[in-house]
Amino acid sequence: MSSSSWGTAEPHLPILLVIVPLFGALLVTFLRRGILAWALTLAVTFVLPLIAITLLAKVLQTGQPIIYEIGNWPAPIGIVYKVDQLSAYVLCVISVIGAVIMPFARRSIGAEIQESAQSWYYAVYLLCLTGLLGIVITGDAFNAFVFLEISSLATYVLIALGRHRRALLSAYQYLIMGTIGATLYIIGVGLLYVVTGTLNFDDMATRLGPAIADPGYRNAVLTALGFIFVGVSLKLALFPMHVWLPNAYAYAPSVATAFLAGTATKAAIYLFIRVIFSVFGIALAIDSLPIPLVLIVLSIAAMFLASFSAVFEEDAKRMLAYSSIAQVGYIMLGVALANQASLTGSLAHIANHAVMKTALFLALGAVFYRIGSVMYADMAGIGRTMPLTMGAFAVAGIGLMGTPGTAGFISKWYLGLGAIDAGHYSIVFMIVASSLISVIYIGRITEVVWFRAPSESAKTAKEAPLSMLIPLWLLAGATVYLGFDTQATVDVSAKAAEVLLGGIR
Amino acid sequence: MIETLEKFANHYNFFITIFLMISGLFIVIARGNLIKKLIGLSLFQTSVYLLYLTPAKILNATAPIYDKHYATYSNPLPHVLMLTAIVVGVATIALGLALVVRIKEAYGTIEEDEIFAKDPEAE
Amino acid sequence: MLTGLTAFSQDMSSGDLIIAAMLIPTAAALLIPLFHRSPNLREAVTLIAAASLAMVTWSLYPRIIAGAQPELKVWEVAPGLDLAFKVEPLGMLFGLIASTLWVVNSIYSIGYMRGNDEPRQTQFYVCFAVAIAATMSLAFSANLFTMFVAYELLTLSTYPLVTHKATPEAMKAGRVYLVLLIGTSMVLFLPAILLTWAAAGTLDFTPGGIIVAQGLEPVQALGAGDAVSKAIPLSPLLIGGLLFLFVFGIGKAAVMPVHFWLPAAMVAPTPVSALLHAVAVVKAGVFSILKVVVYIFGIDTLSQTGAGDWLVYVAGFTVIMASIVALRQDNLKKRLAFSTVSQLSYVVLAAAILTPVSAIGAAMHIAAHAVSKITLFFAAGSIYTAAHKTEISQLNGIGWKMPWTMSAFAIGALAMIGLPPTAGFLGKWFMLQGAVTTEQWFPVAVIVLSTVLNAGYFLPILVRAFFLEAAPVPLHAAGAKNANDTHHDDHGEAPFPIVLALTITASMSVLLFLFPDVVLDLAKLMVAGG
Repeated sequence: MSSSSWGTAEPHLPILLVIVPLFGALLVTFLRRGILAWALTLAVTFVLPLIAITLLAKVLQTGQPIIYEIGNWPAPIGIVYKVDQLSAYVLCVISVIGAVIMPFARRSIGAEIQESAQSWYYAVYLLCLTGLLGIVITGDAFNAFVFLEISSLATYVLIALGRHRRALLSAYQYLIMGTIGATLYIIGVGLLYVVTGTLNFDDMATRLGPAIADPGYRNAVLTALGFIFVGVSLKLALFPMHVWLPNAYAYAPSVATAFLAGTATKAAIYLFIRVIFSVFGIALAIDSLPIPLVLIVLSIAAMFLASFSAVFEEDAKRMLAYSSIAQVGYIMLGVALANQASLTGSLAHIANHAVMKTALFLALGAVFYRIGSVMYADMAGIGRTMPLTMGAFAVAGIGLMGTPGTAGFISKWYLGLGAIDAGHYSIVFMIVASSLISVIYIGRITEVVWFRAPSESAKTAKEAPLSMLIPLWLLAGATVYLGFDTQATVDVSAKAAEVLLGGIR
Repeated sequence: MIETLEKFANHYNFFITIFLMISGLFIVIARGNLIKKLIGLSLFQTSVYLLYLTPAKILNATAPIYDKHYATYSNPLPHVLMLTAIVVGVATIALGLALVVRIKEAYGTIEEDEIFAKDPEAE
Repeated sequence: MLTGLTAFSQDMSSGDLIIAAMLIPTAAALLIPLFHRSPNLREAVTLIAAASLAMVTWSLYPRIIAGAQPELKVWEVAPGLDLAFKVEPLGMLFGLIASTLWVVNSIYSIGYMRGNDEPRQTQFYVCFAVAIAATMSLAFSANLFTMFVAYELLTLSTYPLVTHKATPEAMKAGRVYLVLLIGTSMVLFLPAILLTWAAAGTLDFTPGGIIVAQGLEPVQALGAGDAVSKAIPLSPLLIGGLLFLFVFGIGKAAVMPVHFWLPAAMVAPTPVSALLHAVAVVKAGVFSILKVVVYIFGIDTLSQTGAGDWLVYVAGFTVIMASIVALRQDNLKKRLAFSTVSQLSYVVLAAAILTPVSAIGAAMHIAAHAVSKITLFFAAGSIYTAAHKTEISQLNGIGWKMPWTMSAFAIGALAMIGLPPTAGFLGKWFMLQGAVTTEQWFPVAVIVLSTVLNAGYFLPILVRAFFLEAAPVPLHAAGAKNANDTHHDDHGEAPFPIVLALTITASMSVLLFLFPDVVLDLAKLMVAGG
């Protein structure tokens, strides 16, 4: 790209982040052959991280958010896209995960989805990416709803493309839950609109202050908070609103699971943080409703109960799905504690968990590609025949346990510091105790794949092809790398946390 | 008493909204038939349209025409928002129905308990 | 000017040596799989790595004795979390022990693994090398974070060694091992580190400690100025609680009741039990506790607040209880394991006595126990390889068939009991001295009683081996039993590498008694406050 054309494109980067995958999806539907559709999708997904990283660099450099006014209509009349430290960071996480998975997808999708449906898969994949990126980049509450639904509808399709007929049922169940969640969110937004007369997040925040002082409006605002809290919690699978997740993850195509586990709940978590911190200001939430307390209780329940469920699973994908619910608990715990350290931990864990969980699901995808199952019974002893795949699985698993020297530890460290800063010493012990359960479930599958006598299918399995191993090891390597170099995670998270908390004071 | 009734009558559209919302949710939860669940879901979404449109309409107000003869006008934005929401709702229901068709093909039934009976672990 | 330059260059190369100490085993771990198909080359890699690592640590030794404490800050992971190394006397001692014994143990491993036709030998050597790398990082760690990283890596890298046999029993032991070690470190050790950071604002090992007690003047030791001024004073109760978290969080020290993992880990091949579960892993535990007591709390802080008094009783209880349990074990390796549990708590006990002399005793005991216990395990493995015997009741008369093995065993046993002419005597002597001079009679009683118990469970083995006739094999049992068990008469000594290794370690045990200064000089430096 020449410098002059870059000059014209550069101010439009925020909208390109959404436009490129959207039109990419459209184009992909015209390609009948799976391989072509894959190639185009690959190209599109590799452009996105470049844009996101450019945006992040710019925001970090100036310290100011980038505001993009669609159609040059300034807020609050028009819709604006707003890229600040937090959203740029989450955009990077989502787009990077979306890209890293793609080289892996060709073989995996080729094996799991029939040729005629492959281009549909890639189109829907891009739509889902559009939606997720849109949720994060938009500065408008209703626009966020639209993107939420775009990503959700795409997600239902992705899940339904799974090979087993239960995938259809899982998609249906998720559709019901997801739609209820999104509708609750939009009800909350509607109430806020009635009170403030605006849909722009920033504008809403400034107008809510006076509104809350008026007893006539106060109840409406609190009701809105309740609706949004529950609605978004459904999407991010906060315990006990997580029931849709294990089946959805278990029966979706392997690549789709890896993608969703890394990104979908993260975008919803972003929305939650954005609304609770930037719009309501956690201060309001503390004063009027016991939101932090509820959130702490639910998060800790998720950390323990979901982890326990993971221990007794016999299906590796479901095991990881339960683990995801527990990890969402960690992130939300940091959000609930709402201080600089805990929030840094939460935000860092968004990236760290995305990297680790995607690596784990990709490893399972490689196993599924070779032996067509991820049940423990079939995976027994597969470490002997697929050592590189399961080696990456072990590395990422160790990260998930929060072992020092891996990404997981960094998040845990800051969460622990956050709990100490908040004066909740008992929570420190709950954090570490629940990660002990993750030692058990990771230890269990490690024992199965490395030390059990090989099953029939494991004996004949071959190591995964290179196109799968490279993305897999890239992510597994990142698990260790992010445990030592925390510039990309902690530094940015700390800045984002500062901005979030600064909005409250 | 009269006052309460008056309050109720003045806000009757909100009560319709709440009624629709609750009955929609109830159907989603209580019915085992997958299509009936979708109908409930649709009702639930419809209640949102009412919720948005009710405060947007002002009695004796006009369309937003920029002229000094028309002092009060209804806010058009909620209507536009609801157009979008309706589109989203239609897409959701369409996708849901498509899934039900595929489920019927795969399981031969659209009753939830019968499906679970065929796939015991799929709870 | 000139001296400054030499000091500078010396420091530079010390940094390189520290790096080398970690990189050599790591490189070995990476190289070993490449020679998967040619075992001789593969073992050559291990031996060369072990020899060069020993050379590296021994060339660091004179510098430490000369008073240098080379530091190396590798990387700042996050504010407060530094990956940094610093060789201080205690770490030097531990590093020397581990690296020197790795050489001997590698020789032994080759004899043992080949003699028993063990499967997955490549994996074995890789994990072993990683474990050594972790041990070296732990020995040279300059702060709690680095120590914690190395500590967990050590656990993870030894887990595949415990489950090496892949039998249901081995897997069960692996579960206990993983959950107990990782569990305690996560649930207790990590919060302890977090709380230390919150209270002291630093995690660096600092002479005099970084924890400040309420009502006590902060110990203004060298280089502690900044950290101490930031620290929040803690009440004695909190300090005691923090110490509790550390002592039980460092599960590798096997203080009761977190000792279960050690007997369980005995299902591993004997070289693993010998170097890792008698030396590297368990010593990493007591070493960490010593370091925490000396450099995090500070001996003065603990003795003046009385916050560490309970530790004497816990350690004393472990010493006695583990010895009693050891008395009842018939499996040789299990008895040795409980003996290890007991002996480890000597070190903790010595640390808890909180006098400089007892700290010297602790350091001496770490070294003495290392060379002696590894000898005993080598002997156990030698018996298993040659005679396929694992139970003590099968050992009648074996002393005359395997004279080298059992003589070495005898020396090891004497060291455990604490009799001259072995190094074990010296460690106990200093500990007793420390306890007597401060009139702490409970530790004195513990040491005396446990010496009797040690004699009680080691001497009968020697009596069996040398003075009892081998029981004639009952005819009717000959067919039913494992063929190996019945051919008691057919075996002689174990393969040469095994005999060589155990002879070396047994002589080390005696040499350490004759020339204890190697260890004592380091220990005195440590006590002098670096």
